[in-house]
Amino acid sequence: MASEQLSGKKLFGAFAICGVVWAALQAYLLHSFGFVWMVALADAGVSALLLSLACWLINNNLRYYQPDRGSYIYLLVWCGALAAGCASSSRYVLPFFGFGVVFDNFLKQSFIIRLFTDFLAIGWMAMISALFYSQIDHKKTEQRKTEAEKLARDAELYNLRQQLQPHFLFNSLNSINALIGFKPDEARRMIHQLSDFLRGTLKKDDQLLVPLSDELTHLNLYLEIEKVRFGHRLQTEITCYEKCAKALLPSMLLQPLVENAIKFGLYDTTGDVTISISGELEDNYLIMTIQNPYDSQTSRPRKGTGFGLSGVQRRLYLIFARNDLMETHANDNIFTTIIKIPQL
Amino acid sequence: MTRALIIDDEPLARMVVLEYLQAFPQIEVLQECGDGFEGLKAIQQHQPDLIFLDIQMPKINGFEMLELVDNPPAVIFATAFDEFAIKAFEAHAVDYLLKPFSKERFVKAIDKFLSHNNTAPSAAKTTETLLEIAAQSPAQNERIVVKTGTKVKIISVQDVEYLQADDDYVSVITAEGAFLKNKTMAFFEKTLDPRYFVRVHRSYIIAIQQITRLDPYEKDSHLAILKSGAKIPVSKTGYVKLKQVLGI
Repeated sequence: MASEQLSGKKLFGAFAICGVVWAALQAYLLHSFGFVWMVALADAGVSALLLSLACWLINNNLRYYQPDRGSYIYLLVWCGALAAGCASSSRYVLPFFGFGVVFDNFLKQSFIIRLFTDFLAIGWMAMISALFYSQIDHKKTEQRKTEAEKLARDAELYNLRQQLQPHFLFNSLNSINALIGFKPDEARRMIHQLSDFLRGTLKKDDQLLVPLSDELTHLNLYLEIEKVRFGHRLQTEITCYEKCAKALLPSMLLQPLVENAIKFGLYDTTGDVTISISGELEDNYLIMTIQNPYDSQTSRPRKGTGFGLSGVQRRLYLIFARNDLMETHANDNIFTTIIKIPQL
Repeated sequence: MTRALIIDDEPLARMVVLEYLQAFPQIEVLQECGDGFEGLKAIQQHQPDLIFLDIQMPKINGFEMLELVDNPPAVIFATAFDEFAIKAFEAHAVDYLLKPFSKERFVKAIDKFLSHNNTAPSAAKTTETLLEIAAQSPAQNERIVVKTGTKVKIISVQDVEYLQADDDYVSVITAEGAFLKNKTMAFFEKTLDPRYFVRVHRSYIIAIQQITRLDPYEKDSHLAILKSGAKIPVSKTGYVKLKQVLGI
């Protein structure tokens, strides 16, 4: 931003110098026609001032509005109109200075020449401005593009890492390892749950809307595995009315929220933990509420959740173009996340 | 006879260790603990020779628990995945087991411990170096865990106003009061985020966000006035460092 302003100052300086040079040349020319310096300078000054005003106008115009390929003709018309304005202003203003009949006659005769010179000067200015601003525009677009690409890459990487979930995977395998020794049937069951869960994670398409019942089935696999890992410490309560089962929501949207709830519920407290998930239909919205206990003394779920919650918010924004679909509350050592999914 | 503890929050994970340990009648498991607090209490009570320790546990993790132990026993870590922790283990733990681990791998770890135990009695020292490496992990330097009497207090780094050297300890000063931690100033200087904490004096590290004013004091030195009103001496070199961080 600062450098832009700096270059803006430089540009303004260059513009002013051009104006002064232009006025000096014109004054010299008029003087060579036999007018006294006073008259030559006054004429040159007024004309140059008008011309710079016109140039400034066209430049500003092009800064905020870039003509399309087809509308260059309008630009030409604009230049013509501005040139006519400049030339006729000097034609009708300068006589008021009262420099005498000879000068007034000269003004009349040189009108056409002034008109063309002005037109050329303004046209030149317009061309330079158009090139300059379109280049800046181009640069900005490029920058945006690379930024968007980077964001997409980051998200992709995050997704991959999430899918692997090394902690979850290795700890689950370790639990299975333990079960094999004395409860082989349970070990087998857990292997099947884990496989179903992983398969579900892999085939999910982020853009797809799925019925809540499917999403909850998938979530249940995950919760069952976690329950085996953490034993009696983890309890879950899922309440979902019959009519919600068919409500649609983006696939894998609840997963990070529940993972988050487990992370803060299980790792921030030492007692038993109940995580509740409930769904409701209200005014054409599916409202999902997820609650988990946390310890307000030692953790700051708002701050610490990072990609989990903000990732969900971002997805909701990308899909529904709204930023008001998720809210979180923390009180009485209970952390609540509420998301609203519009039913189209 | 080797006296051991198992500290892991997952019951099944503890069971694996117990099962594998059946092959070693010379190792007696005194207690199983489900979190760091329990582990801490059990270590103080039993003074074991060996502990099996998980890293990710509720409230305080394995490293934070070890920090609070005055004379840490030999440690065999058992963890699922933590790049940074593994780096620390490779250098200094007796051994570490990546879950899920085989019985052969477990036996190797125990053999290593038993042979170590006969030759090098410096379990406490290696554990200390290990913790120093582990503390540099980004997950570790968010908070400071201290003991106050028999209770464990978890201080978020954001609540720290300044740290002051206090004999062999470091006093961590927050709005709630001062807490002693058995670490050195150099340790905190190395592990706290240098963008937010500056060692301004041999005996002081301050949180930059707490500074309200810098006043000149005697020759070459300054006084930093904190939000709480505390006046902290700033040495000549400390002032240079502070200026660098503040960008003035």
